[in-house]
Amino acid sequence: MSAVVKLSNVHKSFGALKVLDGVSFEVNRGEVVAVIGQSGSGKSTALRCINALETIEQGSIEVCGHAIHSDKLDKRALRLDVGIVFQSYNLFPHLTAEQNIMLAPTCVRKLGKKEAKDLARECLARVGLAEKADHYPEQLSGGQQQRVAIARSLAMQPKVMLFDEVTSALDPQLTGEVLKVMEDLARGGMTMILVTHEMSFARKVATNVIYMRQGKVWETLPGHQLENPSTPELREFVGSEL
Amino acid sequence: MTYEFDFSSLLPYWREFAEGVWLTLQLSAISTVLGFVGGALCAIARADGPPWLQRVVGAYVEVIRNTPLLVQVFLVYFGIAILGIRIDANLAAVLALVVNVVAYTCEIMRAGIQSVHKAQIEAADCLGLTKTQTYWHVVLRPAIERVYPALVSQYVLLMLASSITSQISAEELTAVANRIQSDTFRSFETYIVVGLLYLALSFVVRGAFSVFGMLVFTRRRRLGTPL
Ligand SMILES: Nc1ncnc2c1ncn2[C@@H]1O[C@H](COP(=O)(O)OP(=O)(O)O)[C@@H](O)[C@H]1O
Ligand SMILES: [Mg+2]
Repeated sequence: MSAVVKLSNVHKSFGALKVLDGVSFEVNRGEVVAVIGQSGSGKSTALRCINALETIEQGSIEVCGHAIHSDKLDKRALRLDVGIVFQSYNLFPHLTAEQNIMLAPTCVRKLGKKEAKDLARECLARVGLAEKADHYPEQLSGGQQQRVAIARSLAMQPKVMLFDEVTSALDPQLTGEVLKVMEDLARGGMTMILVTHEMSFARKVATNVIYMRQGKVWETLPGHQLENPSTPELREFVGSEL
Repeated sequence: MTYEFDFSSLLPYWREFAEGVWLTLQLSAISTVLGFVGGALCAIARADGPPWLQRVVGAYVEVIRNTPLLVQVFLVYFGIAILGIRIDANLAAVLALVVNVVAYTCEIMRAGIQSVHKAQIEAADCLGLTKTQTYWHVVLRPAIERVYPALVSQYVLLMLASSITSQISAEELTAVANRIQSDTFRSFETYIVVGLLYLALSFVVRGAFSVFGMLVFTRRRRLGTPL
């Protein structure tokens, strides 16, 4: 089985600050990989590099056959294969939930208005928000906004979904409804890489957990093994998070 | 105070007043449309253009905002004459007003464009939108919605300021009034009537903008809150 996402010895600095220090890992089709680690360990940067939002200095990244590090990278083609959801939702405030979702399918995939609308309704139903189609972002709770953001990504039918701490801004109750949506996605076979602090979610859903520390992949282990890390650093980290 | 008001001697001039109102409206409408388009382009150039263009537009905006409109009107009027181009006073008036209002629109629009968070642009980029699509749907549309009230104030002001073009004998409302008062020697009454006409024009223009805004900005119509 060929990897959908493959990082090999990736190095990345911001000025003098080394943020990714030889990161390598692979994600196969249908796998869910949870990336955990202290704040500042380079998790977001790793995700951003996978979606070509940052350039890398050394190493290589392949995503769905796109060579991210190459000069010949077709960014828009890459963006069609990769969906990303951020902590801050980033819904477009002047558009309803439905219009937020319709925008990319009409602009990029050139769907007709009717088709795009049906697609938007379908995606909203998948995240349990069918009745909120005509609501504007400011009329929705944080958890609902985040689910709309996920639906917006889904509408582009990506092959891989990236999630960067999508529940970190939410209180526990709203966190649950977003995690539920992500769990459904995972069960549906979506390939996912998610940066998260939700250890129990990682343990339950993740095929593999990657522990990042000081810009390195410190330890990789299957999700269900999360209680039994082999490095003392991860043991301590898991202990502090649980 | 023994002044005796006499509005009746102005009655025969109702047609002139009406023509003045009509021309003021035309001058304002044309200048507003051109000013908006030009101002929006300048704002894009100033916010996201190459550095040299940002500086050129910036200088233009500063010059216009720090000189009197009357002087600008004369400079455009006589400047065109010196270039050997003959155009009528009304067209010169439109040009001068556009030169002026583009600068103010540019500043207002720039504030709107810069109020759009970088994360919004990144989100659109990640969804696969092209730069142009992103700029239109994610930057300009919310930017315009956000600064619309400021733009409306500016364009009402433009309509009132168009009275200055009477100085280059554009045939707008104030020029008409100047002529009528020298015909009738009823200066005070004339300018009372003109003042009321401008007041009415302001209401009409504001009302029109308000209706237009309601039609265009669905979110504002439905929620009633600023973006
Ligand atoms: N655009 C940037 N410019 C400069 N430094 C950055 C930038 N983005 C992230 N960093 C720095 O890189 C380090 C890793 O950041 P990040 O990948 O966001 O970590 P994490 O997501 O694991 O918390 C942090 O020290 C952060 O301050
Ligand atoms: Mg982060």
